[in-house]
Amino acid sequence: MAAGNEVSTTYYIQHHLQNLTFGNHPENGWSLAHSAEEASEMGFWAIHLDTMGWSIAMGLLFIWIFRKAGKMATTGVPGGLQNAVEMVFEFIENMIQGTFKGRNPIIAPLALTLFVWIFLMNSLKIIPVDFFPVLFAKLGVDYMKIVPTTDVNATLGMALGVFCLILYYSFKVKGVGGFAKELSFTPFNHWALIPFNLVLEIVALLVKPFSLAMRLFGNMFAGEVIFILIAMLPFWAIWVLDVPWAIFHILIVTLQAFIFTVLSVVYLSAAHEHH
Amino acid sequence: MNINMTLIGQTIAFAIFVWFCIKYVWPPISNALHERQKKIADGLDAASRANRDLELAQERAEQTLRESKEQASQILEQANKRSAQIVEEAREQARAEGERLVASARSEIEQEVNRAKDELRAQVSYLAVMGAERVLEASVDEQAHRKLLDELAAEL
Repeated sequence: MAAGNEVSTTYYIQHHLQNLTFGNHPENGWSLAHSAEEASEMGFWAIHLDTMGWSIAMGLLFIWIFRKAGKMATTGVPGGLQNAVEMVFEFIENMIQGTFKGRNPIIAPLALTLFVWIFLMNSLKIIPVDFFPVLFAKLGVDYMKIVPTTDVNATLGMALGVFCLILYYSFKVKGVGGFAKELSFTPFNHWALIPFNLVLEIVALLVKPFSLAMRLFGNMFAGEVIFILIAMLPFWAIWVLDVPWAIFHILIVTLQAFIFTVLSVVYLSAAHEHH
Repeated sequence: MNINMTLIGQTIAFAIFVWFCIKYVWPPISNALHERQKKIADGLDAASRANRDLELAQERAEQTLRESKEQASQILEQANKRSAQIVEEAREQARAEGERLVASARSEIEQEVNRAKDELRAQVSYLAVMGAERVLEASVDEQAHRKLLDELAAEL
């Protein structure tokens, strides 16, 4: 889209950043939102069909590829797909060995799922920003935001999953008393400072999932906005900025997936530590 | 940016994918990798062991060869010595035999000479008696002079 007047530019950007929302509208009942206002009026009882659809598709792709490689996995000489899968696998395994101090068979598969899934979801960014929205508009669907990690619901959803595990293992490994003691007596080991410690530690604990979610969301969302801005240049000039930005995003996509995974593992490792 | 049920949906999807990964994705890959690691380690181990065995076998073969060479040369030496000895012995025997033959021949000759001498003596005495008879023209009583004649013959 060539840069038109200010209204259409704003509309274009907003349109690309609007999820396909299905929810309970106060006037229309359960329906698809036809505008950003309608979507926000639906409140909590709404679901982003595009985010869910694409994230589940990427999750299934991950499961399918790795399951296939796992089934084919032999002790003999590995083939191409198997090599790639095993490379990722060993990368994760080494990372776990380096950062996770406890012993828990769940952590490694969890990290593998997080890393590959987020990587695949992030990778959708490389697809030109207009491609799917225009395709779905032809099919009569108003909105289509294909990168799930540019939706804060998706990143926060995963971070909440990790947060639940942090709480679960904190209670399981340290016990209720041990966990309470850790929250009360760190960083200052003195009874008079218990309230101060509690405030500090609980804030630090609660911030963990938000920092995870916001970091990934912020990076992906900002990148997406820039892609959309670049897409508004004249068509013959788009590639000048778009190609370097996309190449740069190969790094960002991997890096953000990695950071999310490593930080999750580090948080979970801290949850396993005894004091 | 609306926070809505997508949040919960995503958490559920996440939980399901992690569960599936723990259950069906991680174990086969992990097993295959570790099995392969073990197999490679075993292979390397076996190779180094085989190398060591080969070295040992080569050493043993060399030693055996050396020993057999030594033995062969020993046997050869012994045989040489023995043959020289046999030759020496044969020579010794031959010489002894020769000497013995010479000695026996000599004694036989001596005997022969003695017998001839005896015969000659007898004949000479006879001839002497005959001669004396003829000279004396009278027959000398042989019986009477036998003793005398025998003495004469023995003096010859």
